[in-house]
Amino acid sequence: MEITLTINDRTFKADVEPRLLLVHFIRENACLTGTHIGCETTTCGACTILLDGKAVKSCTLLAVQARGKRLTTVEGLMKNGRLHPIQEAFWEEHGLQCGYCTPGMIMAAYHLLQENPNPSDEQIRRGLEGNLCRCTGYQNIVKAIQSAAAKLA
Amino acid sequence: MAQKYLGQAIKRTEDPKLVSGLGHFVDDIKLPDLHNVCFVRSIHAHARIRGVDTSLAAALPGVVKVFTGEDCRGIGSIPCASSLQGLKVPHHPVLARNKVRYVGEPIVAVVADSLYRARDAAEAVSVDYEPLPAVVDPEQAAAPNSTFVHEEFSDNVAYVWSLVGGDVDQAFKDADRVIKQRMIHQRLVPAAMEPRGVIARFLPGEKELTLWSSTQIPHLMRTQVAIMLGLFENRVRVIAPEVGGGFGSKLNVYGEEALLGFISMQLQKPVKWIETRRENFTATIQGRGQVGDVEIAVKSDGRVLGIRYTVLADLGAYLQLLTPAIPTLTGLMLTGAYRIPNVRMDVTGVFTNKVATDAYRGAGRPEATYIIERAMDLAALEFDLDPVDVRRVNLVSKREFPYATATGLSYDSGNYEAPLKKALKISQYPRWRRHQVKERKKGRYVGVGVSTYVEICALGPSPAMPAGGWESATVRIEPTGKITILTGVSPHGQGQETSFAQIAADMLGVALEDVLVLHGDTGVVQYGIGTFGSRATAVGGTAVYGAIQKILKKGMLLAAHLLGVSRREVQFRDGKFFLKNDPTKSISLQDLALASYTARKLPPDFEPGLAAIYFYEPTNFTFPFGTHVCVVEVARETGTIKILQYVAVDDCGTIVNPLLVEGQIHGGVVQALGQAFMEEAVYDEIGQLITGEFTDYAIPRAGDVPWMQLDRTETPSPVNPLGIKGVGEAGTIGATPALVNAVVDALRPFGVRHVDMPLRPEKIWKLMQKETS
Amino acid sequence: MIPEAFEYFAPSSIQEAISLARRYGGDAKFLSGGHSLLPMMKLRLAAPKYIIDLAGIGELTQISEEGDSLKIGALVTHKAIETSDEIQSRCRLLAEAAFEIGDPQVRSCGTIGGSVAHADPAADYPAALLALDAEVRIEGPSGGRSVRASDFFVDLFTTALQQGELLVAIHVPVLAHNVGTAYKKLRQQASGFALVSAAAVVAKDEGGKCTHIAVGISGVGPKAFRASKVEESLLGKTLTEKNITNASHHVTASVDVQNDIHASAEYRSAMADLFAKNAIWVAANRAE
Repeated sequence: MEITLTINDRTFKADVEPRLLLVHFIRENACLTGTHIGCETTTCGACTILLDGKAVKSCTLLAVQARGKRLTTVEGLMKNGRLHPIQEAFWEEHGLQCGYCTPGMIMAAYHLLQENPNPSDEQIRRGLEGNLCRCTGYQNIVKAIQSAAAKLA
Repeated sequence: MAQKYLGQAIKRTEDPKLVSGLGHFVDDIKLPDLHNVCFVRSIHAHARIRGVDTSLAAALPGVVKVFTGEDCRGIGSIPCASSLQGLKVPHHPVLARNKVRYVGEPIVAVVADSLYRARDAAEAVSVDYEPLPAVVDPEQAAAPNSTFVHEEFSDNVAYVWSLVGGDVDQAFKDADRVIKQRMIHQRLVPAAMEPRGVIARFLPGEKELTLWSSTQIPHLMRTQVAIMLGLFENRVRVIAPEVGGGFGSKLNVYGEEALLGFISMQLQKPVKWIETRRENFTATIQGRGQVGDVEIAVKSDGRVLGIRYTVLADLGAYLQLLTPAIPTLTGLMLTGAYRIPNVRMDVTGVFTNKVATDAYRGAGRPEATYIIERAMDLAALEFDLDPVDVRRVNLVSKREFPYATATGLSYDSGNYEAPLKKALKISQYPRWRRHQVKERKKGRYVGVGVSTYVEICALGPSPAMPAGGWESATVRIEPTGKITILTGVSPHGQGQETSFAQIAADMLGVALEDVLVLHGDTGVVQYGIGTFGSRATAVGGTAVYGAIQKILKKGMLLAAHLLGVSRREVQFRDGKFFLKNDPTKSISLQDLALASYTARKLPPDFEPGLAAIYFYEPTNFTFPFGTHVCVVEVARETGTIKILQYVAVDDCGTIVNPLLVEGQIHGGVVQALGQAFMEEAVYDEIGQLITGEFTDYAIPRAGDVPWMQLDRTETPSPVNPLGIKGVGEAGTIGATPALVNAVVDALRPFGVRHVDMPLRPEKIWKLMQKETS
Repeated sequence: MIPEAFEYFAPSSIQEAISLARRYGGDAKFLSGGHSLLPMMKLRLAAPKYIIDLAGIGELTQISEEGDSLKIGALVTHKAIETSDEIQSRCRLLAEAAFEIGDPQVRSCGTIGGSVAHADPAADYPAALLALDAEVRIEGPSGGRSVRASDFFVDLFTTALQQGELLVAIHVPVLAHNVGTAYKKLRQQASGFALVSAAAVVAKDEGGKCTHIAVGISGVGPKAFRASKVEESLLGKTLTEKNITNASHHVTASVDVQNDIHASAEYRSAMADLFAKNAIWVAANRAE
């Protein structure tokens, strides 16, 4: 099936099997490998991207479901070679260790801050319910999101 | 040495690529003509394979070849590096033949031109099983009438190992009270966020096999894969690209690694396999898995005279790299931070029809700490003493270091009272004790848990290790003065690209940006051991230190020559070699480096270039320590636990980068919380893993975790010149008993003295259904 | 991780969707948000040969007022329900239940129609829909029909939907301002599904006597159910904490209570009592 979709302001056109998962389209067809796969049960959130502005798990969508839509992946946050304030905050607060969950965390944080520019500690933790991290214990991720909120204010 | 970077909270040089999604994990590597491998894995815990029909699969579009155990007879056994006396080592094939021994054991490998087609083909393979009774429970495995996991052995006992120190029997005779408790260390799933993965590419022209693998030990893997495949080791290259967490689960050589190499050689194509999460649960090693009986001999003032631990270790069906060695680490640390002169541990390692256990963050030491720290609380309960007082009576005092333990270790340095004091102060321990009494009267149950742990780190002196415990570093000053470090450790989140650069930049007086740390590629880096056992900075960092010392020594010779003076008249500081009595006469490191490579004016017999390689062999382990205090409230209505406060005061020796140290503690504590409250690999009676996905196996989420208050003391280790001890596992080792002790303390009015982990709400709720005393 | 291959259809009308479903019968599955179906397909627990994607049917995405009820199209996402002003002000219970589903990403995609048609006994909507006495609107080859929530959930993953029928909307009543509601949930730690959840709808007269009560329970048995014994014993009574506590017993008496590694039947039953009590208590306090 022929589909066209936009990722990070670039248009991608491809003939895909209907069963192709969106995350595989992003990683294999668009060669954007920042979006990771960490489970198969829609639990870990490593594959989180923005679909028409909303955070979604790209492992639980078919690529054909995204036709005609605008996607943003972690690679699309950097502007003019500069890190997005959320990316910067993750770096400054040591909000990542192995870095595997990080793109998904950052995209979830992006969505969270869009909806609630000044979240409490508890709201941040609740907003990260769909993302697992095994390295950081989450504390510095929470700090990073607080710091990003201040930067973006 | 300047202290511009050392000790500073420098943000990591690793991060810009990782936060931008531009890092390369195994699955991100693209190669032309890359084919995909999918596995058919056993659905039975124990079964005879009557037949395998691959004909349908082989005929599907895009399928290149289907491999069975028969096709792989030439591949050697998956290795176990442990060499305990009398250890039974079963043959461990990369693909099962005749028999399967755990759910998830690979039977068939399918190769196709896409992941989707490979999966389809794997689904089309049919395996004819004859199910056999499964050995699931370790006690059942040890029983004389049990089914055998391996028919070639006369029982399921893989080994028996004992450790004896002092006179335990006498200690128990001298005791005022003997306290006994069975303790279970449930099996855990390491669950690194990046599952395992391998790409293998054999180049027939160069006769070189390259493996990209998500591993903690690229060099050891290279050696073992070469042996398994009968290749020259120097024709095998292993690259660990970005590795998405390991926690011990990637401190191993798995069948898939050799098998992918074999397939690539057979097909002369690059091939890739990325583990699914389900495979990660069933076919990657698990942690812990001990069922033991603890006995302590106690005097009425709380002094512990001796400890006995008799344990069954649930090894699983096969021995992976370090499987049998893990419980022995428990024995070494059984006396904890305490002056306990008499100890005995007896381990029986048994085979079961489950995936192997092996190193998981802490690897044997969290078990030890849990046992002794729970035992301290049991002693306090027995004599109605404050658990802190019981610890104080037993703690090794700072005058006693180096302290020789009854288990045969020499604790390098310590001041156990210092973090205890600090943690009690931060947590306002006496206030919580008063609060607890008040709350109990209101029918609210608050508990306070303390753990004064010590752990064994910086693994380790080679004679005590199965495959070398040293570490290597090459340091090169390039002709332009930039510094390249090649380290034998293989960091995967710990941040040594930054911390090693900090060490080098300060020693050489250059900017941090001028230092590049390379690791994880056997084609680039000299032989090394890898990252595990909280060793990377203490051992690998010391190797970097040693290599730089060598370079500076050589640099002095050249500088003296270029400045026209004798070696003794030259000094080095802040990136410059200069005359002691006239610092205006100097040569920069950069100019010296260039001179060493252009080599126009060298001293006689001087080797051109400015590089050094150093292999550092530690003389001892290091022993970090600390105190964790946890305060919880348990809800009687639901059994849910709320953490009111968590304080961790850790001492990991000299700190290179406090940001990284705190990150390690945070993560470690939360993994401990996972074990204490949530996680358990549950198998049913036929050996099926019921908690085989994240939807059934809970690892902590952001909302499950308390805000942790961290502080530290710094007691340098005398073992290495930088004084570093290591911190990778401290959180996991120190926190588990603090968490459990807090909950058990809260349950005291219900007559509870011990609860086995995980302390899930239902378990707690049941204990709180009776009347309080 | 990889679903089996299937043929994909994207109809643009309900009629077209239904005729496709009729043509392919049991081999076809409707796809709405896909957050129940795709996870099963990825694990190959489901392998439909034909997927009928409903996303192109615009009318299924609407929330509208119809008489004294709100009509929520099958494709309305959990997120939209959680944040819709209309639902928050007129049927807060449903918004509260939606907020408890999965996680933010799941709520962005998952839909009420998909969830309700899937009929997971531990899902959040069923308890709320039962307590609200909601109606499920169904279209099929032989026309449309409405089914009361209490008749819709038949058994474990089984509903009143016949083959080829499509759930098109959920009708929930617009609640009077004096009606109090509450949704209380105990999560299964790993999946986030309900070990137990309770939805309560309560009204009381000026003297504080209960004039209406409906309590739906999820997570406990093979399907969500109404705690009718509890309702009966509270109706007409003053809603004191003591009365509520006394009534909230044996919630699961006539139910085949689930017993699994996540919770024993005993614990689930006790928690059903507790969460029913808590939900009723909060709802009673919110009622005016």
